[in-house]
Amino acid sequence: MSWINARRRRPVAGYAALLLGLVVVGLLYGAFTRSSSSAQASSPPASQSDINTGKDLFDATCSSCHGLDAQGTSQGPSLIGAGAAAVNFQVSTGRMPAKEVGAENERKPPVFNAQQIAQLGDYVASLGGGPAVPDAQQVSTSGANTGLGEQLFSTNCAQCHGFAGAGGALTYGKDAPPLTEASPTQIYEAMLTGPEAMPVFGDGSINPSAKRDIIAYIVATRKEPNPGGFSLGRTGPVTEGLVVFLGGMGFLVLIAMWITYKRRDPRPQGTE
Amino acid sequence: MSDIEETDGSEGADVASGPVAPHRVIGTPAPAPRLLGSNAPTTAAASSEGAGGVAVAEHDEEIPQPTEEEIQRGNRAEKIIVACFVLAFLAGCGFIAAYIGLPVGLDRLAPGGNAVDAALRSNLALGTSLAVALLALAVGSLLWVRLLMPDVEIVEERHELQSAPADRAAFAETFKQGAGYSQIVKRPMVRRSLLLGTLPLVAAPLVLLRDMGPLPGTSLRHTVWSAGRRLLVYGTNQPLTAADFSAPGSMITIVPEGYEDDPDALTKAAVILIKFRPGELAIPVRTQGSTLVGTMNWTVDNIVAYSKICTHIGCPVALYEQTTHHILCPCHQSTFDASTGATVVFGPAARPLPQLPMTVNTDGYLVAKSDFTQPVGPSFWERG
Repeated sequence: MSWINARRRRPVAGYAALLLGLVVVGLLYGAFTRSSSSAQASSPPASQSDINTGKDLFDATCSSCHGLDAQGTSQGPSLIGAGAAAVNFQVSTGRMPAKEVGAENERKPPVFNAQQIAQLGDYVASLGGGPAVPDAQQVSTSGANTGLGEQLFSTNCAQCHGFAGAGGALTYGKDAPPLTEASPTQIYEAMLTGPEAMPVFGDGSINPSAKRDIIAYIVATRKEPNPGGFSLGRTGPVTEGLVVFLGGMGFLVLIAMWITYKRRDPRPQGTE
Repeated sequence: MSDIEETDGSEGADVASGPVAPHRVIGTPAPAPRLLGSNAPTTAAASSEGAGGVAVAEHDEEIPQPTEEEIQRGNRAEKIIVACFVLAFLAGCGFIAAYIGLPVGLDRLAPGGNAVDAALRSNLALGTSLAVALLALAVGSLLWVRLLMPDVEIVEERHELQSAPADRAAFAETFKQGAGYSQIVKRPMVRRSLLLGTLPLVAAPLVLLRDMGPLPGTSLRHTVWSAGRRLLVYGTNQPLTAADFSAPGSMITIVPEGYEDDPDALTKAAVILIKFRPGELAIPVRTQGSTLVGTMNWTVDNIVAYSKICTHIGCPVALYEQTTHHILCPCHQSTFDASTGATVVFGPAARPLPQLPMTVNTDGYLVAKSDFTQPVGPSFWERG
């Protein structure tokens, strides 16, 4: 403590305290917002009892916004024809049930387990069909053409999600989420159903084989080494510029302040 | 004052006003400037001569003798500073060793070597060692200044920008003398023929610049789209029917058939295709002069095709929000409303994205009705 007491009145101490505070806040925020990995959906055959259980779950947790018959209200869209794939994507990524009505529903730990998600999906699918949850074969990346996936990704997905799938900002508080945590099934379902502001990439324009190629590319980018050292989230030159500007220049300013900081003369005044 | 010498034939030097100012040969260094001002003692000026003239001598008596405690601290600082410089030496040796010892490039690696990993290792070693070497030199120098050197402010006056009157007079005299010797005034034909000889070389760049490439002609006004050319999905080169593209909210990047792999053509001809729910798409009939540039007649079953090249400075626009129907340009946030003919709602773009006239052919595939009816992409001088 005496070490701190001896130095806390120095001009540099204020800056150091501010920096320390910011780092602590950032670390705490990162620790509390880290979401766990999501549940994988299985696709058991839909039975009437599954549909009934799904209906009960729906009435209890979803109907306040989507309506008692999933017909939609002013708070939430109609789910008739949305399909099991949309339900699985929204619920397995924790985006639904929504915490609040906002610009964007963020990824969070799922509320329901895989079986309950499948039952909810069966119920919604029973209302008016819609895209089904892809099976393991459809989302398998073995033997996929990663090069073609990169071509398709960079022309159709990279504008919002970034060339390495790190996500990016959209308008009015919306954002394109990072693809670092999404499972292949979830990526497939997102392309198929176009959640929120994302456009739909249906099987007619991006066929199932091309979808597998895109998934293979996204998965492959996660394993790429970072020859530059720090990846900085792979969000591109803006991040690098910001780090250099704030971190690098801030460091240089502190150094410059230290260099020009005048030493207190240990000798008593007036000896010269 | 040994660097001052009299020139031969310097009878004209008498024009110098100063009684004791000898004139200087052009190109030789000036006498040591009197940095301490005219009233400085000559001994101080002499001691600073040739050493950049920093007037240390004047301050000699102002630097107090170090106390015993200061000498002790100085000895400790000396060890740290020397350690820094030794560290810089070791890191510098490490840099050379890393450069020689860590090969990069497939031709220098052992068979089966990973070039990316090798580059990563090499970059890391070179960067770290060089950074440590430079940082250690900087830190050592800094500590030297802060801990050992006396903390006394020293003022070094700038010399006057104007040359001394004697120097200026000498220059004028030498110039006139040279002009006289060369007879450039006496023999005008020599002078004029010299000017004539350099004239073609001055004009030569104009000829070279004029030949720097073919003029663009009308190529900026046209793309490779033509009547009946099918729309293919970029990457898979798959032709599309309206039924293939039936999911509302769909968006896809399109290239013209026959130019799928032609980057030169695609820089202008890339297109985005968007599918709307019934009733959402309402493109008013728009004309530019007598040319039709936007109409619902160019859409097929609520599918519309727009140029992917931003009208601001030509970035690819494919950031499409299906909820708001806004197309955004990732470069400068120009925002276009796709449901009303890609009209500009925000940002620096000046014009809507050009709409591609589209129809279906007899096989049901989406095809272009014609080329774009206006130039795509950014403005250019003659665009009008």
